[in-house]
Amino acid sequence: MSKNNEHDGLDLRGTLASVMVVGVIIVVMWVVVYMMYLGR
Amino acid sequence: MIALQDRKLALWYIGVAYIAFLIGTLMGLLQVFIRNDKLQLPAWLDYYQILTAHGVLLALIYTTFFIFAFFVTGMSKSIGTFGPKVRLVSWIGFWVTLLGTVLATAMIVAGEASVLYTFYAPLMASGWYYVGLALFVVGTWISSFALIGHYRVWRKNNKGELSPLFAFMTITTIILWLIACLGVVATVLFQYIPWAFGWTDTINVELSRSLFWFFGHPLVYFWLLPAYIAWYVIVPKILGVKVFSDSLARLAFVLFILFSIPVGFHHQLTEPGISNFWKFLQVVLTFMVIIPSLMTAFTMFANFEISGRKKGATGLFGWFKKLPWKDVRFTSIFIAMAFFIPGGAGGIINASFQLNEVVHNTLWIVGHFHITVGTPVAMTFMGLTFWLIPYLTGRKFTKSMQILAFVQIITWSIGMLLMSTAQHILGLLGAPRRTAFSNYNNHPSAMEWFDGILTSHVTMAVGGSILFLSAMILIYIVAMSMFLSPKALKVEDQVEFPMAESDKTHTPKWLENWWIWIGIAFALIIIAYAIPLSSMIMHAPPGSEGFKTW
Amino acid sequence: MHLHKFEKVWLIFGIISLIVFLSIVGVTAFSHDHHPSGGMDTIDPEKVDQTAPFDNPGVTQIDDDTYQVAIVAMAFGYTAPELRVPAGKEIIFKVTSKDVVHSFTIDDTKVNMMVVPGQITTRAYTFEKPGKYLILCNEYCGTGHHFMFTEIEVY
Ligand code: HEM
Ligand SMILES: [Cu+2]
Ligand SMILES: [Cu+2]
Repeated sequence: MSKNNEHDGLDLRGTLASVMVVGVIIVVMWVVVYMMYLGR
Repeated sequence: MIALQDRKLALWYIGVAYIAFLIGTLMGLLQVFIRNDKLQLPAWLDYYQILTAHGVLLALIYTTFFIFAFFVTGMSKSIGTFGPKVRLVSWIGFWVTLLGTVLATAMIVAGEASVLYTFYAPLMASGWYYVGLALFVVGTWISSFALIGHYRVWRKNNKGELSPLFAFMTITTIILWLIACLGVVATVLFQYIPWAFGWTDTINVELSRSLFWFFGHPLVYFWLLPAYIAWYVIVPKILGVKVFSDSLARLAFVLFILFSIPVGFHHQLTEPGISNFWKFLQVVLTFMVIIPSLMTAFTMFANFEISGRKKGATGLFGWFKKLPWKDVRFTSIFIAMAFFIPGGAGGIINASFQLNEVVHNTLWIVGHFHITVGTPVAMTFMGLTFWLIPYLTGRKFTKSMQILAFVQIITWSIGMLLMSTAQHILGLLGAPRRTAFSNYNNHPSAMEWFDGILTSHVTMAVGGSILFLSAMILIYIVAMSMFLSPKALKVEDQVEFPMAESDKTHTPKWLENWWIWIGIAFALIIIAYAIPLSSMIMHAPPGSEGFKTW
Repeated sequence: MHLHKFEKVWLIFGIISLIVFLSIVGVTAFSHDHHPSGGMDTIDPEKVDQTAPFDNPGVTQIDDDTYQVAIVAMAFGYTAPELRVPAGKEIIFKVTSKDVVHSFTIDDTKVNMMVVPGQITTRAYTFEKPGKYLILCNEYCGTGHHFMFTEIEVY
């Protein structure tokens, strides 16, 4: 394993934003079904 | 181009895969109409017989045969032509797998095996159905050992070197498969076959279910990992970038060996015979297997962004417009990935212990696996098929075929969006899966499953019909590129196997020390399974006789 | 094996979400008894009719606030005469099978139980709203699977 980073200097802001959208979808879907569970 | 003999083997695998696909999707079409009461089957045909064929032919046969075609081609391309021994063993594996397939399918057609692809005891099919399944698995093992042998030759000739990423990922998938199958082989060989042929009177039902799901969950990773191989190794090439991180890609894959197996109880959360402690432990392990998929999500977007920025994109999302949308090899797989976002999110819900009670055995589950295996995996395979067959036959992937390929993936997407959305919502409303048409004596709760706009069996049927149309377009493309498209005589017409470069200079060598991963995998399996399985054996109730309730 | 800064952010976010999900379901399950259905009791599948409580299937009152409902599932129906239970009381369902695997699923509730021969599945549930609830089998059990249903009346 080496110290020098293959990814230094890459602009990945769009990637972060995109995966966060994925994260929000995961959380929202989970919460919706959890609410349905509680409501039954 | 790879050696002719290797191409021939791969083409036979693909041929069988698409015969299974053709029959399987036809069954799917019948199902959506039957469930909607728009179609009555003749007396000699049963809904559950059709559903068994659909599950077996698509989830087991189509996937497995396509996967081996992909592996054979990719291994030959990345680490060289098969030697005579590897080739011979591969062919033996192919024929044994095919023999098992034909035997199991014949039993389904004969009406002797309407037990669905999960064949839960004590439903008892003809013993030959189980023999067929066993031969199928043994065949895949023989083919797996051939590929491992081929890989070992390469390792011997390249001492101290990490193998190419494609080969590494193939071997990971094969190790996962070999370990996973231990469960199903154990139950089929020692429980089902003796019982179905009458050598034993009864079967330990709960044990057979648990051994099945020991296999059943890693089975879904056996489908998914080849798609991930395409995402990690082939997509970057099409995008014109290198593999984002060789070491992280390998790490993600070995995590799948560790965590995709000791988790089968998440399919048995609402059943008796397993204590809450062991169910919950496996739920926790299930959540571990989400992590490599989170890593994969990041890598995919990073590939897109890096490629877009290389082409001059600016801003937060400018790269999105620079993606090679006109290239069907890319667009197909991109859509496949997009479907996997809600697919994966749904999986987290299914595995969330008591939340499983909301969705278990409802149409939600059907919606779920059609947007995991039925689209992310299947559409990745479609995206590979477009160029893989021309690559293997040396034919052109003509302009008109490319346009048709676009029509195919777009119709599949629309059809699947309609069908799976309807299924997800119907499931949340309580509509059961694996169930022919029934209005439950006009019960008001059941009636609402039929008259919503999006939430109805009608939407499901519309979606299913579009899907079937798409499947037939695909069969046409397959037939053309197998037998009829013009030969690519000029070099520029020849189709390439896109395989991205991967920089292994920073990749630690221990990642390819398989014994570490196999060792940890077995340790986790023992932790998760040893006690609950032995208590199932020691505290077993009197066993069950077989029933043929169809 | 170097992670990009953003990849770390993402993985930390993801892993924390997973831990939160697990904690919510784990804590409510083990401290508030929100387990999914299950149970470790076994039974001889051929002697179901002779074994309590299935020798007398149906509703029995256990005490002021608790009722037990014993049900036998078989292809393609449930042996459960006149299912009438009060709202607001804890109902303990006990289900087993005389033949193949079935389910005992009450629409619009958390009751979604797998029924496995040789085992007894247990689930406690308190109905809030009176009404007639559809009970159906959602595990494939044979040709008549889609005709396997009944009703429970909550008063
Ligand atoms: C034309 C396309 C397709 C249509 C219309 C379709 C339709 C359906 C429907 C309606 C069901 C549920 C039936 C029920 O539970 O009563 C089903 C089940 C299933 N489908 Fe598909 N499907 C299609 C393609 C696929 C593909 C490509 C795959 C996988 C590669 C797949 C895998 C499965 C599996 C594993 C089941 C579960 C079988 C079972 O419950 O035993 N399907 N399909
Ligand atoms: Cu699973
Ligand atoms: Cu049933």
